[in-house]
This record gives sequence, structure tokens and C-alpha cells, in this order.
Amino acid sequence: MAKTVVVSFATDYDIFDPDYVRDPAPMWEQLRSSCPIAHSDRYGGSWLPTRYADVTAIAHDVEHFSSRNVGVVPPDELDDGMLPAGLPPISVDPPLHTWSRRLLLPWFSHTRVAVYEGTTRALCAQLAERIAERGSGDAAVEYAQQIPARVIAGVLGVPPDLADTFTGWVRDVLEFAHDAERRNLGRNELVAYLMTQIEQRKSAPGDDLISSLLHTEVDGEPVPDAHVLGTAALTLIAGVDTTWSSIGSALWHLATNPGDRERLVAEPDLIPVAIEELLRAYSPVTMARIVADDVEVAGCPMKSGDRVLLNFPAANRDPEQFPEADQVIIDRSQNRHVAFGVGIHRCAGSNLARMELLVAIQEWLKAIPNFSLDSSADVTWAGGQVRGPRTIPVVVG
Amino acid sequence: MRIIVDPDRCQGHSRCYSLAPMLFDVDDYGQSTALNDGLVPDEHVVLARLAMQNCPEMAISIIEDQ
Repeated sequence: MAKTVVVSFATDYDIFDPDYVRDPAPMWEQLRSSCPIAHSDRYGGSWLPTRYADVTAIAHDVEHFSSRNVGVVPPDELDDGMLPAGLPPISVDPPLHTWSRRLLLPWFSHTRVAVYEGTTRALCAQLAERIAERGSGDAAVEYAQQIPARVIAGVLGVPPDLADTFTGWVRDVLEFAHDAERRNLGRNELVAYLMTQIEQRKSAPGDDLISSLLHTEVDGEPVPDAHVLGTAALTLIAGVDTTWSSIGSALWHLATNPGDRERLVAEPDLIPVAIEELLRAYSPVTMARIVADDVEVAGCPMKSGDRVLLNFPAANRDPEQFPEADQVIIDRSQNRHVAFGVGIHRCAGSNLARMELLVAIQEWLKAIPNFSLDSSADVTWAGGQVRGPRTIPVVVG
Repeated sequence: MRIIVDPDRCQGHSRCYSLAPMLFDVDDYGQSTALNDGLVPDEHVVLARLAMQNCPEMAISIIEDQ
């Protein structure tokens, strides 16, 4: 796709622009003081709020802002039909949202997440040890990227050794959302795979999310296959890129801020607090809403059908909400960040994501307490729907 | 001190439960409730305030002792 140079952030921002993807915070700061809800015609057009108050108000207003399409890039005609029920509950509004979310939540309760902690810890320790022994490695590709796909495979009851395949599909769908051909190819393979898994579990159920959905009744009726497919696809899509990006951003921060790294090594009890601050400062996820009814927000006339980007990452850098918002204060104790969203669509997997992030940082610092960026190679970033580092070359010691 | 969780505001972030499991419980759907009728023992008042200050939904309120 041919790109033109962004002239004005307020009227022409580009969420896939490499400079924005690498470091979006300066643009948000500029917008907050000049045009706190920007608009751009790129990628089908969208509004971009940058203040905490506006982002959270829109997220809570489910009457004016529908979740019927949450992609930062609009779907095209090729998207029709592959996921006929969408990706419930993330892509639906009440009342459908209410029961579809209740089916999903127990799979990510504290009790359930505790079941996955042991295997996650063993996996992280093994991956970190490999990098420690070699003395160098890629903290994104060889560590962060390897963790969530295997954990989510456990939830879905699919083989963890297909993790790289799952990661590839999810990258196609999210990271390359602006490349319709690649997005559709990845999405179609993902759907075909899950449909096979659904058929297998009809006759041979296991202790997994797909089996549970297939054998649950809502109001005396079985959950339709298309709904099971949508929720399974959501679990895979939302559970991989997001958590991997968070783990990667956290390790990138620790590689580039030796003071914070040394403090967490010396005070491991501080890691849970630090995790929340790193989630705030490097929030990976931007969701979208579709305006359901004409509405004005902070003077901006939003029309029915308009796309609005729920810029949680920018909200979390708003100095009106967070003192020294652009500084990582590793022991920040008051932290109402919205990295997992707010309102009825709060990330259903947030308990699982937090466990993975915590365990990943604990095990990395145990095996590799001293590390820094490899100055001979580049850190690369991806952005759009999910922002995070894609390569983090590090040297140990 | 007494803590109150507004069940309509709570969306199951579990920040309160993670920070102060001795003061809150959460069910399988993430819904938080205050334990012990919300009464906070003196040794936990700091944690209770921390839980309130970290709730992204502003679902927790505190009634201080007179």
C-alpha cells in the first residue's frame, strides 16, 4: 500500500506509520493539548481519543458505541461468512454479550488460571535457561512469543507444539490487518483448523474450553456451532499477540533501564506492582467501536457508523490521570490503568495474561538477572490493534 | 473502616483481590465482594485504600470511622 506522509496528526494520523508504531507517546501528548479527539480518513476513517476521561467514557457507553466491529481496520467483503457469529463476546452487544461472556469467564477465573501456572513457569524457566546458556538471544522471538500460544493451547485443548502455527495465524489477522489478502488467508486457516477441532470434540469431549462450550445449554438450547467457533477463535486471537507483546515490552524496558532491572532483581516482591506499571506504560491493545447513534463527545460530532478507536494505550499516558505519565515509576502504587479495557468488555482473559506476564518476568530475572540490548542488532515494533516489540536482541551479562 | 463494592460497577478486573485477598473475594465470573461485611481490621487499612485506588471501575468506596 502506498503511504503518504502524515501532515497533521489531528486530521490525518496513521496508526500503522512506522514512527508512530515505534513511539506513539509524543503524538498523543501533542494531540491532548491541541485536539484530544483526532480524526483520520485513513483505513476507512476513524476517531482517536487520547484522554483517559474520553476513552473510558466511550468504553462505558455501550448504548452509543457498539462492539459489532472491534477491528482497528474495517472488514472487507472477503470477511463475510467465515465467522458467521463473529467473535463473541468481544464482537457483540448485550444481551448476546451477557450470556456469551458468562460462558467464557469461568475459564479465566483465579482458580482455573492457577491450574496453568505450573506448566507456564516450567516453560518460562526452560526458555530463559536456553538463552542464559548461550549468552545471547532474542527476548521477543525466543521467549515472549513462545509463551502465550502454548498456554492458550492448553485452554483450548489443542497441541502446544503447534504454537508457531497459531502465532503465525494470529499475526496474519492482527499485525497484518491492513493487508487484506494476508489477513484473510491466516483467518481462513485458523477457522478451518478450529472447525475440525469442534467436530472431533462432539464425539470425544475433553477437559477444555471448546468441549465445554459444545456441551453447555443456554435457555435449554445447545450453543450453536458458529458461536463455539467464534469464541474459540477469539480465545486464540486475543490470547496470543496481546500477552506476547506485554511480555516483550516489559523485557525491552528492563533491558534499557538497568536501574529498574536491578531493583526488581533485588526486590522480587515488587514484581507484581511493576507488572501493573509496565502494563500501563506499554499497553498493547487498541480496540474499536462503531457509533450506534449520533453522539457528540468533547465537541466532536460522531455519526452513526463511524469507527472510534478505544486508545487505551494513550489513556494510560494521560497526565490528568497519572502524575509523570510518560515516566515508568516501577513502584507506582496508585494505578487505575485500563490496559485491559474498562466496562462490560473488560478483557475476559486478564487473570491469565497477568499470570503469564508475572511468571515470565520472574523466571527471566531468575535465569538472566543481568542483560542489555545487543547494540549490533535492531529492536523492531509492530502496532495497530496490538503494539509490542517483535525482535529484542539481547546479550546476557 | 468499612469497604463497599458496587456490584454494578465491578467488571471483574480483580485488582482488589490481588492486592488484598484478606479483604475481598471474587467468584468465577470475577465479581468482587467485600469479606466480613466490609469491616477492615486496623492492620489492613492501608491495603483497603490501595485496593480502592487501583480499581479501574471506581467500584470500591470506603467509609472511614468517625
